[in-house]
Amino acid sequence: MDLTKMFQFNADRSSYPELDANGKPIIDLSSHKYLKLWQGPQHPGVTGNMSLELTVNGDEIVESKTHVGYLHRGFEKLMERRKFIQCFPTCIRMCVAEPDPNEYILSACIEELSGIEVPETAQWLRTLALEMARLQVLLRGVPGQAGTFSLGLGYQWGNYIRDLILDRFEELTGGRVYHMYILPGGVRGLLPDGFKKRMEENLKLVDEFLVNINDLMYNNIVFKQRAVGLAVIPVEWIDQYGVYGPAARAAGIMRDVRKTHPYLKYSELDFEPYTTTASDVYARSLVRWHDLKMTVDLIRQIMAKMPDKGEIKAPTPNVMHWRIPKGETYVKCESSRGEYGMYMVTDGSDMPRRVNLKGPSYTHATALLERLLINANIADTAAIMVSLATCPPEIER
Amino acid sequence: MSIKDLLTPFTAWKRITKEPVTIRDPFNDRPGAERYRGFHKNDVNKCIGCGTCEDICENEAIDMVPFKDPISGDSGLRPRLDYGRCCWCALCVDVCTTNSLTLSNEYTWVTVDPEDFRYTPGVDKKAWDDNEKGWKKPEGSYEFYNINRVEMHHLHPEDRDKSFVEMVKGYSREQAIAEADRCVECGICTATCPAHMGIPEYIKAVRHEDMEEGLRILYETNPLPEICGRICTHKCETVCSIGHKGDPLSIRWLKRYIADNVSSDKYKEILNTKDLSNNHKKVAIIGSGPAGLSAAHYLALMGYQCTIFEQYEKAGGMMRYGIPEYRLPYDSIDKDIDYILSLGVDIKYNTRIGTDITLEQLNKDYNAVFAGTGLHLGRSTGIPGSDNEHVYYATDLLRQITAGEEIEVTDQIVVIGGGNVAMDITRSLARMQNQKFGKVNIITTALEREKNLPADLEEVVESREEGAIINPGWAPQSIEIENGRPVGLHVIKCNSLFDDTGRFNPQCDITKKEFFPGSMIVQSIGQGMDLSFVNEDFKKDLEFGSRGRVVTNAYFQTSVKWFFMGGDIIEGPDVIHGIANGHKAAIGIDNYIQGIDFTPAK
Ligand SMILES: Cc1cc2nc3c(=O)[nH]c(=O)nc-3n(C[C@H](O)[C@H](O)[C@H](O)COP(=O)(O)OP(=O)(O)OC[C@H]3O[C@@H](n4cnc5c(N)ncnc54)[C@H](O)[C@@H]3O)c2cc1C
Ligand code: SF4
Ligand code: SF4
Repeated sequence: MDLTKMFQFNADRSSYPELDANGKPIIDLSSHKYLKLWQGPQHPGVTGNMSLELTVNGDEIVESKTHVGYLHRGFEKLMERRKFIQCFPTCIRMCVAEPDPNEYILSACIEELSGIEVPETAQWLRTLALEMARLQVLLRGVPGQAGTFSLGLGYQWGNYIRDLILDRFEELTGGRVYHMYILPGGVRGLLPDGFKKRMEENLKLVDEFLVNINDLMYNNIVFKQRAVGLAVIPVEWIDQYGVYGPAARAAGIMRDVRKTHPYLKYSELDFEPYTTTASDVYARSLVRWHDLKMTVDLIRQIMAKMPDKGEIKAPTPNVMHWRIPKGETYVKCESSRGEYGMYMVTDGSDMPRRVNLKGPSYTHATALLERLLINANIADTAAIMVSLATCPPEIER
Repeated sequence: MSIKDLLTPFTAWKRITKEPVTIRDPFNDRPGAERYRGFHKNDVNKCIGCGTCEDICENEAIDMVPFKDPISGDSGLRPRLDYGRCCWCALCVDVCTTNSLTLSNEYTWVTVDPEDFRYTPGVDKKAWDDNEKGWKKPEGSYEFYNINRVEMHHLHPEDRDKSFVEMVKGYSREQAIAEADRCVECGICTATCPAHMGIPEYIKAVRHEDMEEGLRILYETNPLPEICGRICTHKCETVCSIGHKGDPLSIRWLKRYIADNVSSDKYKEILNTKDLSNNHKKVAIIGSGPAGLSAAHYLALMGYQCTIFEQYEKAGGMMRYGIPEYRLPYDSIDKDIDYILSLGVDIKYNTRIGTDITLEQLNKDYNAVFAGTGLHLGRSTGIPGSDNEHVYYATDLLRQITAGEEIEVTDQIVVIGGGNVAMDITRSLARMQNQKFGKVNIITTALEREKNLPADLEEVVESREEGAIINPGWAPQSIEIENGRPVGLHVIKCNSLFDDTGRFNPQCDITKKEFFPGSMIVQSIGQGMDLSFVNEDFKKDLEFGSRGRVVTNAYFQTSVKWFFMGGDIIEGPDVIHGIANGHKAAIGIDNYIQGIDFTPAK
């Protein structure tokens, strides 16, 4: 029995909006056929402080404009007035949900520009912290996609396990959300005793979660009905719109910095990022499910291979007046959302001359999202946005 | 899509049989992890108030506030936290120079008064003060600055024990920058330095390779940087905050690095002293030691015509006639002094006040007089035999060595004294024995036990490296004389020097005796002052305090308004006190001559 037809409620709106000779929609608000609708900045589906100015015709979106500017932080600018070490507490807040890549790219820029070699043990610990960060994000990110269709149950499951991962972060780094673990030269601590055992117990729960969430989401007629075919990103847009990470891999394009430009210990780990081609919300969500599975495997590999002891931090000049030679660099890593990079310019003083964060949310949530929302249903806005894993703090740094 | 897709999600129902995972009771206490970054703690008796935590905190969550029981080497401040600003990054903990600052693993704090969230850890008592858990920098794992000193190259004992060549080589450019990098700019050194030199500032100039700026900073408070850069007693280094976890900064060697790296022909331009004004007022200065030179320098900058009267042939006082050349080469002394003289300071050598010119005469001819005559009278042990002509005072011998006079050096020498002067004469005579006999045979003995020797440890170590025997813990009893010459020193064991009340009261064990053979004995148990240049009539007007010292006010003015005194005869004894006194006295003299009322006598 094909159930698809049973759930087809879409009204025929083929004559709206009217198009002009150039194929552009003619939107005349005084015609009373169109309505402005703001989604955000306080909407729970907007994953942060950002808003979408939607122009709708009935429940169909005909135009969308992304508005940022609600965070007022100016971190990049603040860092130009901070000593390098003082940039850290600022920098980690650039993407709140996944702070560790912030720490890593800032450290890596400083290390590259000042020629510091990070000790072996510290490199393993950094790799671990970055994968734990991804794990913690995806435990909410994967079920969160179903949440946008009002299926909140999986999110509860994931959030519980995420809390346990935060416990691991707490014992490793001293913090649950802002870890301040990766600093120039290395990291701030070795694994505490018994860490691996406790982590393995948590990973077993993630294994179970992966099965359960698969049953709950990916083999769920409602989820499929709403996600399959929704917001397809044609493959030729990938470059045009600057699409990264899982969103690119769902369109069949292999974009994963861990694989394409291995850093830290990734070249010593065995993994193959998942790709598929449907490029719709369902495909992007499925890529994230596979990413979660791969992260669990990577953490196991890291814990098996990493040394238990060793230097955790290379000596640096005195951080109170560390001057870094004139130079510039771009350093990147793979965050759960895709390529996450930092461009840093130094002028020989004790503060960066310019810091620029390049995260996938910027392109994903502005140009790409605006395009994808045309002709989408209002009810799908959050789902489309979440499928791109946009993080507004990362846009407005 | 299939019927399976309709049914599979219902597998979620199996969870209904599972234990709920949420904690039912929100009042259950959940302790933070071992390393948790919770509320701050500070061991205020270990903290020195260096303020580095305040400097690193980008949130400006820390303010340094006055503390009621500071100790010496302490800024008198302690960090106060503002939890309206703190983000618990713990950078303050990691940078702390004493490891006094830590975080507890406590993270809940409910109070009705928001002002409570500003508090001084360790002073304002908190429930977590005794909590041992929480963030501490992992022991020995990393530091935010190098706590180890950049090694200074010294001549090896075999390369120095026969000559008076300077033994400390000085830093190279790379070494100096690396050493200067270790400073955290707390300024505790500045507070401790008698001359209050701008130490963090000149160290910064070394870091930035700006020698000219460095020199300007040095001369603000110290006109003898080549000298102090070599032999200063460096009180600053004993309080350096980096010294609490590692080696203190080599402040002295960094000062030397600046002075060594600016050639003297550039001084006037850099220090902007080419055209000094002249106020046609005259000041007489007795003695060309650091006190006199410093006073002359700062008075000259203010436009005064200064004349220094020096009884010896050359200027420098004990710096030239006491400190041996291997520690302080004469050309370094000359570089500093020549610059001061180039400012128009006149010096009359071989002129002794009291005999060649009277103090009264100076009063008539000059607007004010400053005396920095130092401690030049050797103190005798007074034991039998000490009046023999082959029993010497260390300072006399050292002066003769400098003056190039022939001195007696026998193949077996005993030195009495455990201070730095004793080490200086020991090491000088050891070099001369080596030159003359090809071997060293010197015993240096002192009342104090090894661990209480007043000499710097490095002096003792280096004396031994050069072949001298340092044998402390003995009280000299008598000098054995045969045929009009000493043959050795009789000593008995000295167990303690001070009684319970802290009074000097040596306790000896007469059953433990020792004889140190020596055909020449040197006494080095301190120096006294010679105030014979002040006649008895005039002395009546001077106010004397304890231990026979003249009382002066904070500007080193005596009870006779036109007469100022400083250096060893008032404070010290070391070069930097002399410099500081001379500078302060210069300001006092200026005020006096201008008729400005200044501080009352201290
Ligand atoms: C062997 C030795 C080693 C030392 N090592 C160090 C060291 O490493 N570091 C350190 O900081 N300090 C050291 N000191 C101490 C230091 O040298 C003195 O504290 C310092 O020189 C005192 O300075 P001053 O200006 O008070 O007197 P002095 O340097 O003693 O100068 C006094 C000057 O006044 C002259 N004078 C005295 N009476 C008359 C008079 N009536 N008429 C004319 N001129 C007169 C003297 O000839 C002399 O030149 C050492 C001292 C000695 C003896
Ligand atoms: S923990 Fe961080 S934010 Fe808080 S006082 Fe220390 S340095 Fe400042
Ligand atoms: S850094 Fe440490 S020693 Fe210095 S003021 Fe702060 S708590 Fe005290």
